[in-house]
Amino acid sequence: MLLHVYAALVAVSTAILIFAGGLVTSTGSGLSVPDWPTTYGWFMFTFPLDKMVGGIRFEHTHRLIASTVGFLILVLAVWLHLAEPRRWVRRLGYVALGAVITQGILGGITVLWYLPDPISIAHASLAQLVFCLTISIALTTSPGWKNAYSRRGPVPDDRILQAVATATTVLVYMQILVGATMRHTDAGLAIPDFPLAFGHLLPPTWDPKIAIHFAHRVGAVIVTLFALATTGHVFFHHRTRPELWRPSTLLLLLIALQITLGALTVLSQKHYIINSLHVVTGASVLATSLVLTLRSRRARFGSRVSGSREGTYATEQDPAYGYGPARGRA
Amino acid sequence: MALFLRVFLAVIVLSSAACGGGNESKEAAPAPAAVAANPVDPATAGGLKGSIKLEGSPPATQTINRRSDPYCEQQGEAKTENFVVSDGGLQNVFVYVKDGLGDMKFPVPTTPVVLDQKGCTYAPRVFGIQAGQPLEILNSDDTLHNIHALPMNNREFNRGQAVKGLRQTHVFTTAEVMVPFKCDVHRWMNAWVGVLDHPFYAVSGQGGAFDIQKLPPGTYTIEAWHEKLGTQTQMVTVGPKETKEISFTFKL
Repeated sequence: MLLHVYAALVAVSTAILIFAGGLVTSTGSGLSVPDWPTTYGWFMFTFPLDKMVGGIRFEHTHRLIASTVGFLILVLAVWLHLAEPRRWVRRLGYVALGAVITQGILGGITVLWYLPDPISIAHASLAQLVFCLTISIALTTSPGWKNAYSRRGPVPDDRILQAVATATTVLVYMQILVGATMRHTDAGLAIPDFPLAFGHLLPPTWDPKIAIHFAHRVGAVIVTLFALATTGHVFFHHRTRPELWRPSTLLLLLIALQITLGALTVLSQKHYIINSLHVVTGASVLATSLVLTLRSRRARFGSRVSGSREGTYATEQDPAYGYGPARGRA
Repeated sequence: MALFLRVFLAVIVLSSAACGGGNESKEAAPAPAAVAANPVDPATAGGLKGSIKLEGSPPATQTINRRSDPYCEQQGEAKTENFVVSDGGLQNVFVYVKDGLGDMKFPVPTTPVVLDQKGCTYAPRVFGIQAGQPLEILNSDDTLHNIHALPMNNREFNRGQAVKGLRQTHVFTTAEVMVPFKCDVHRWMNAWVGVLDHPFYAVSGQGGAFDIQKLPPGTYTIEAWHEKLGTQTQMVTVGPKETKEISFTFKL
């Protein structure tokens, strides 16, 4: 249980990091600290607080939070390595650690190379994957997951729900990629009005920035339709399953909030707080959709999990899903 | 476990690689540029004089919110400088010979042009320099600045200037009009430099006046650049020892 609480803390801290990263780009502060991994020549953690002015406040704070999250994920990976009986969950920890290290290096490279769009977009996109990994670890170490949500009977193995929920999660991630591209190519206000585009349903004129901006709006519609299909299926077929309808409800609320924030981002001329909230809410939509997807697939991960890396564990473990004995242990 | 120890140690080593110290060393001064003989005959050289006019009312200046840095806020109120108008003339317009000098090569001054960061603004805001001439970037403020140049044809650079009095030198290698500078710490700070391979340029001052001297006789394309209003060009012929009067009028 302690591991789950810690993993949830790491996931929350990752969301905070994404918000801080959103603030950096929204305020145009990405290059306010020209060096990396130092800050104006100082070791990152000894940089004087009274020198955190202007854009440095955002960029340096982002680096401090990122370092902290990196350390938290390192601890999480070690903890999983030592205590987690399921090999695939331990691997999630290793991948998360590798991803967050890669993410840090991408962040450094993008500063040293003056924010090239591909690197900056990769940095923004990998951040979402790191968040998904921490969410997945938090979920799969939770008591509910371990007990296979069995309080209300056997967990359903609904193939339709699995398919549509998976599609929704993939589409949300693609939508985030489009959003990151729009953000880093400075296309956020390429269409200055909302909900219309230059007063029309379709933009009367096109250029690459308008196209990427419009693609993000179309993506929002597609994601919303898929989310409605997923949640509608849950409400219709699985209304007695709180592990499914709760994230479904949250998903709808978050999408409504996200569309509102997207509109306000345009109408406020990209106010940096609204813009950053739009980024972190997008991450939350992705996380919620991922939770719903994983829970819909819970039946495919075998039955209940118990025990620890050090001891024996329950006979329900299914080696086919990675519950087999730990390396070198019977 | 050994794997984790190795990863952990690598993280520690990486993060402490450049530990300590806020003083950045100055960039090494560039080698003196090769001195070419001046092809301009002083006996026949003329010049260009004139002014930049502005038609229409410029937007009212606005007070810049500089609360994000207490030092900058203490320097007093600062106003936007996109349109500096005096006596009906528009200041901060870069006027230069765009075309007409042919293959003439001109000596490159070794005296640096100084771009100062003072009172959390750039001084000067618009200026010119010759390719190969040293640009000395000075931080006269008791706060941090980064100097970030965003050229198209020259090498982009972004350097931190954490200490008051710090000077760094940069040399632009290729002619380019204009190269923007910005400070990412203080987003209101902007400057522009016109990099040329000749010395025939000026920036309009009081009353929009400008003066380009020692110009060899010839027919030239003269361009005037303004940060918000774009460019205008004129053809002009300068005779021997003639000082031609021209003017540009930007419309809002």
